Amino acid sequence: MGKRQVMFTFPESLTKEPTIYDIGHRFKVVTNIRRADVTESRGWVVLELEGEEQDIEQGIAWVASKGIRVDPVMGDVVEG
Amino acid sequence: MSYARTLRCRKCGQEYPLQPLNLCESCLSPLEVSYDYKAMAKELSREKIAGGPTGMWRYRDMLPVEGEEVDIGTGFTPFVKADNLGGELGLDHLYIKNDCLNPTYSFKDRAVSVAVTKALEFGFDTVACASTGNLAASVAAHAAKANMRAYVFVPSVVEPGNLVGTAVYNPVLVKVDGNYDAVNRLCAEVVRAHNWGFININLRPYYAEGSKTIGLEVAEQLGWRAPDCVVAPAASGLLFTRIWKGLDELYMLGLIESVNTHMYIAQAAGSSPIVNAFNAGSVHIHPVVPDTIAKSIAIGNPANGYHALMIARQSGGGACAVDDSEAIAGVQLLAQTEGIFTEPAGGVVIGTVKRLAASGAIKRDELVVAFITGAGPRTQDILADVVQPVTVQPTLESVERVLGVIA
Ligand SMILES: Cc1ncc(COP(=O)(O)O)c(C=O)c1O
Ligand SMILES: [Zn+2]
Repeated sequence: MGKRQVMFTFPESLTKEPTIYDIGHRFKVVTNIRRADVTESRGWVVLELEGEEQDIEQGIAWVASKGIRVDPVMGDVVEG
Repeated sequence: MSYARTLRCRKCGQEYPLQPLNLCESCLSPLEVSYDYKAMAKELSREKIAGGPTGMWRYRDMLPVEGEEVDIGTGFTPFVKADNLGGELGLDHLYIKNDCLNPTYSFKDRAVSVAVTKALEFGFDTVACASTGNLAASVAAHAAKANMRAYVFVPSVVEPGNLVGTAVYNPVLVKVDGNYDAVNRLCAEVVRAHNWGFININLRPYYAEGSKTIGLEVAEQLGWRAPDCVVAPAASGLLFTRIWKGLDELYMLGLIESVNTHMYIAQAAGSSPIVNAFNAGSVHIHPVVPDTIAKSIAIGNPANGYHALMIARQSGGGACAVDDSEAIAGVQLLAQTEGIFTEPAGGVVIGTVKRLAASGAIKRDELVVAFITGAGPRTQDILADVVQPVTVQPTLESVERVLGVIA
């Protein structure tokens, strides 16, 4: 089992979809929301995903394929 | 004993013992070192600092370290009044903090010196980072000095020539067969699996404190006062937040009288998530995919962006993005007016000062400090076309004719 801390950034069209509920149901990952701000037009959610590495990976790929941006919570680590 | 007491979450206030940890476990926000300022204030005075070593460690009492410092000669870099450049831009009191003149040619030595000192204290025998330039060189150099193993992760797209300034210190260079995102993900995983001091991940709160010393120096070099305006580059935003923290701490300790500094963020237009949020009046930083020649400040998802944004807003400062051609022009302008050769990040800062002065955001009579954080030679490929020699024959006659000078 592993954990991944990520931020989802939603475009306008997707703020009303139950993406986080869905990811927990479609893939074997437990979602744990830590911070969020979602308005009518745009939004973001900081959450921890827990599960097998492979399930997390698939879940993230599915979220990204819907047009939601997925970024690591700790920000970019690779510096110039 | 240092005056550092805990790691504290800026967002929710949760505190943790001092340890290698960068994110709050409950809200996943960045942690920062908090100190016993009362005890620190009793110990510190302008005189005590001025009598210390000529380097960043003169501020040791304000840093979170217990053990012997890993110091390669960093800090107390030149602070110069830039009258030529100021004249050009319409500013009467413009100063340059020239942090090109650190041992590995950027301000990163300040941050890494503290981080590697802490790594030893925490009992790590290995330090690591992911970087293609300034951070990599600094980590490798400090690891050499501390007799530690260093792993430097680089994406495979990086040209070998860019790594010479790192490889010379003999770290283990780990080329990752993947893009920047893949390296980001890999590093987060590596930190969880191995007992290494990852400089800008689990050691990040300490790394951050080292950056603070550039702000402390500026106040001291100004004769113990804060500038009216600061213009500094932001990648992750960490340096920017620490310049502010440094000034704020000096004020809290009674070492300067006030801080009414307007803080201005400078970013490259091809990588400006913080400036975008500032201009949009948003409190959320939307990550971007960087595309700029200013590689050292090309961070699309800035870890400290939110805090940097708040400081720019609350200090009555601002944020400005300049494109690559303005950055290159800035590099040349600084070289040709003040004799200081900076990398594109410094060009971005000069381009920003120029814009802010022209728009009237910064006034002629304000005391402005431009933070020049990295040296030019590592990135000289961006300037290939400045080399335009005139050709002469090896005769005096030819020299006089071509140059138009007659004895
Ligand atoms: C020359 C230079 N200036 C500024 C920065 C900005 O650093 P920060 O990530 O603290 O915003 C960096 C590093 O990324 C750098 O190399
Ligand atoms: Zn917290």
